[in-house]
Amino acid sequence: MPEPQPIRFNGVDLLVEAEGALLWPEERLLIVADLHLEKGSSFARRGVMLPPYDTRATLERLARVAERHDARRVLCLGDSFHDGDGPARLDAEDAARLTALGASAELIWLAGNHDPAPPPELGGRVVEGAFRLGPLTFRHIAEPLFAAGEISGHYHPKASIDLRGRRLSGRCFVLDEHRLMLPAFGAYAGGLDVFEPALRALFPGDFAVHLLARERVTRLPHARLAGYG
Amino acid sequence: MPSPSAVLPPLFADWFARRGWAPHPHQLALLEAARRGRSALLIAPTGGGKTLAGFLPSLIDLAERPRDGLHTLYISPLKALAVDIQRNLTAPIVELGLPIRSETRTGDTPAHKRQRQREQPPQMLMTTPESLALLLSYPEAAAMFAGLGAIIIDELHALAGSKRGDLLALGLARLRRLAPDCRRVGLSATVAWPDDLAAWLGSGGAEVARLVASGGAKPDLAILATREELPWSGHMALHALGEVYEAIKRHRTTLVFVNTRAQAELCFHELWRLNDDHLPIALHHGSLAVEQRRKVEAWMAAGRLRAVVATSSLDLGIDWGDVDLVVQVGAPKGVSRLTQRIGRANHRLDEPSRALLVPANRFEVLECRAALAALGRGELDGERPRPGGLDVLAQHILGMACAGSFTADALHAEVTGAAPYAGLKRADFDAALGFAENGGYALSGYERWRKLFRDSLGRYHIVSDAVARRYRMNIGTIVEASMLKVRLGRGKVLGEVEEYFAGTLTPGDTFMFAGQLLAFEGVHGNDLIASRAGGGAPKVPAYEGGRLPLTTHLAAGVRALLADPRAWRDLPAAVQEWLRLQRHRSELPGPEGLLVESFPRGPHDYLVAYCFEGRNAHQTLGMLLTRRMERAGLKPLGFVATDYVLAVWSLEPARDLDALFDQDMLGDDLEAWLAESSLMRRTFRSVAIIAGLIERKHPGQEKTGRQVTFSADLIYDVLRKHQPDHLLLRAARADAASGLTDIRRLGDMLARVKGRIAHRRLDRVSPLAVPVLLEIGREAVYGAALDHLLDEVTAELLHEAGIAPAPAARTSAS
Repeated sequence: MPEPQPIRFNGVDLLVEAEGALLWPEERLLIVADLHLEKGSSFARRGVMLPPYDTRATLERLARVAERHDARRVLCLGDSFHDGDGPARLDAEDAARLTALGASAELIWLAGNHDPAPPPELGGRVVEGAFRLGPLTFRHIAEPLFAAGEISGHYHPKASIDLRGRRLSGRCFVLDEHRLMLPAFGAYAGGLDVFEPALRALFPGDFAVHLLARERVTRLPHARLAGYG
Repeated sequence: MPSPSAVLPPLFADWFARRGWAPHPHQLALLEAARRGRSALLIAPTGGGKTLAGFLPSLIDLAERPRDGLHTLYISPLKALAVDIQRNLTAPIVELGLPIRSETRTGDTPAHKRQRQREQPPQMLMTTPESLALLLSYPEAAAMFAGLGAIIIDELHALAGSKRGDLLALGLARLRRLAPDCRRVGLSATVAWPDDLAAWLGSGGAEVARLVASGGAKPDLAILATREELPWSGHMALHALGEVYEAIKRHRTTLVFVNTRAQAELCFHELWRLNDDHLPIALHHGSLAVEQRRKVEAWMAAGRLRAVVATSSLDLGIDWGDVDLVVQVGAPKGVSRLTQRIGRANHRLDEPSRALLVPANRFEVLECRAALAALGRGELDGERPRPGGLDVLAQHILGMACAGSFTADALHAEVTGAAPYAGLKRADFDAALGFAENGGYALSGYERWRKLFRDSLGRYHIVSDAVARRYRMNIGTIVEASMLKVRLGRGKVLGEVEEYFAGTLTPGDTFMFAGQLLAFEGVHGNDLIASRAGGGAPKVPAYEGGRLPLTTHLAAGVRALLADPRAWRDLPAAVQEWLRLQRHRSELPGPEGLLVESFPRGPHDYLVAYCFEGRNAHQTLGMLLTRRMERAGLKPLGFVATDYVLAVWSLEPARDLDALFDQDMLGDDLEAWLAESSLMRRTFRSVAIIAGLIERKHPGQEKTGRQVTFSADLIYDVLRKHQPDHLLLRAARADAASGLTDIRRLGDMLARVKGRIAHRRLDRVSPLAVPVLLEIGREAVYGAALDHLLDEVTAELLHEAGIAPAPAARTSAS
């Protein structure tokens, strides 16, 4: 795995992980967004038999990143389960993975729009609305009017770059001087291009992305991305 | 040969006589076979009354013993062809006063008509492989097909060996069970492997009689001897279009075939620029709106056009009597394909077809010459049908469950009757059944949501009608890239382009489409909005696929020609000069072995391998070579593949070529590269859609036209890690190995050249290497270079920001 990339946001030093997680080393706080656990089984019950391995894939990655950085707290920025029944469909092994993670770090569940309140038996702490720490405010969905020091998820940003006739796409972090947005961490979470109107409205001026592609993180100004203009 | 009067009933003999026709010998032979209840494969050049030959036995049977119920099923790869055939058959039915109802059944048939066709089928039904699969999925299928007497499969050569062919063969195996005495007729163009085709047609049944119609007069073929300078590279042949235009003027009707849609657009545009006489010249390719294509075909049939510029979209289809010249712009790529295209001219068997080959560059001159030589010897080429796909099998199994319950043993016995599945292992069948049942995953969490259940007698049933409804909405094996409709303002739809092409445009960019210069305005939903543009340098839509690789057979012809200087006499002077210069400065590739040249140029070192194994195999080789060079510290930067040559450039020169080209690259390196490649991801997506994991349509969603898509990439990554032997991954690997990677061909070559690599170290580029080096600026750069390019971008940006020194050596040549 390549080295995480340092960024400075609202006066705080953070690290961007190629796996799609954000780290606040000083606080030993690991931040991830949109795990969408049990998305596979959510489709399966409607007859679309996606491989049932998404939850374990996501949790294994999360555990790996948390261990690598010796995280004390893991903050999930909402939509941790794909739907409200998700926790009930969790199989025993995956539940054990979650319990093990909760034993080594404090889990903080921010409520999202897919999973208003993860059930208490999963362990950890549920936070409604916003979670504030130092100069940073963590939310599920970015507030259109409030911005300074806001870190959010929900939109699953992705971006593309054209490299000599070939297009390279991937999930990405998006940031400008006010706002930082995380890519979806879940194995089955799709993406929304950063130039889609919903995202452009939140990042109306210059912004940069940290593109996760080819097992590396590449920082790119918005003007360099495919779809700009 | 029996005399016509002995075979044809008087009513039909009179009808032939009234029309001034004499029945062709193959029409009578087919009738004889039918009288004995035998299936038959008729191989004939286009024309020659092939379709009538297929229908004649059915018409006679129904004239002699009129009866209700479905009697004859006609299956064509093209919807339009089914419609045309139905229309053409109306003439004999009406003129002979036969009590026969004939109808078409395609994706365009309205629901009420479909319903009626299932309840009261016509005697003759013209349909496609997909519509047949749909009909077979209804419980009424058993009753509907019980009295079927004949199945006619048109353009069989275009179906056998493809996934559509797999689906059809499985359908035939089912029909064999529903109507055991039904005979089959296959109609095919000349092919290199008639035995395989006959076996395919016989799927699950009796032996097939083979009938070969005479080829008629020998075609009159020529290669354009251009007055212009012969280009070194490129595929557009723009230099020769003035001469092509002259040829069009000298003929009544000309078919101008090109190899890609981009070529079609440019060629059409250029011909109109030259068209001072305002000749009616039209354009036809698969991306144009269907109505537009039908219009062009109708004009053509009515003799209103002087020329049509077309891609393989016109390789098949109804015959036009009036075409007196076929022009092939660009290299033919295969002998069989060229034969079929030439066959589109002049369908009167006693007159020769005329064809003109127009090579676009020097290598293509060699290829055209080799193709003509092969045609002269009556040789053909092309791939033999491959084993059937497991994804298609999974789709079929679900369809059969929709028709009625089955036991695994009985269905297994039935599907192995289909020729593509004759070698199917029981374990693979069970895996496909497991997939249809509940996804077939090792982790068993999905039992409660499964689609099939097994009763106490071991019979499989669908769990609900909803399963059948969804299956029927997603039938078929044709998987298209995401497409956008090209719309003029808010009005007319001109056709479709791949979504990713739209992604390369910014508002105001101009591009050529449907023969017009358009300006891009934006994308709204599923539409690409454009307006007519005044001028400017257009981008041309680059389409995925459409580029067939050079066949092994034709490649061998090119090598033989290169190696035999006596045969150069017929080549244009410029080409002879080019080859002589190559012999002087380096050497010529031999008929065996492998010539590799290496030389420095600018800051890089180039390696050019004259493999002649086709673009796809070269691309795979390029990927594998660059990985190996990376490990050897040679710092490869990228490569470009043509049909003839592979060129790789690197910072350090390669020395030990035997080690570099060792066969062991097909082991772990291949696995590792393939697993990550975008090609494998595309292949997986197709497989997942065909098998039914990803649905194209979903009940309730069809009205909005929006597809329910789930990223196949995400599934691929997860499945690969957690169940690498899953049915879909195995199906995708099988497809990748036989298709776009051409691994088999590459493996054959590496084995052949082992110990026979001739390495020429040169101080500069050789004459033969010039064409491929010229492609570097035009073709996408592949391979390890992508990572370097990302790093380059980063370094550039840092440099702009004044953070790090400029990247000196890492820029690649272009």
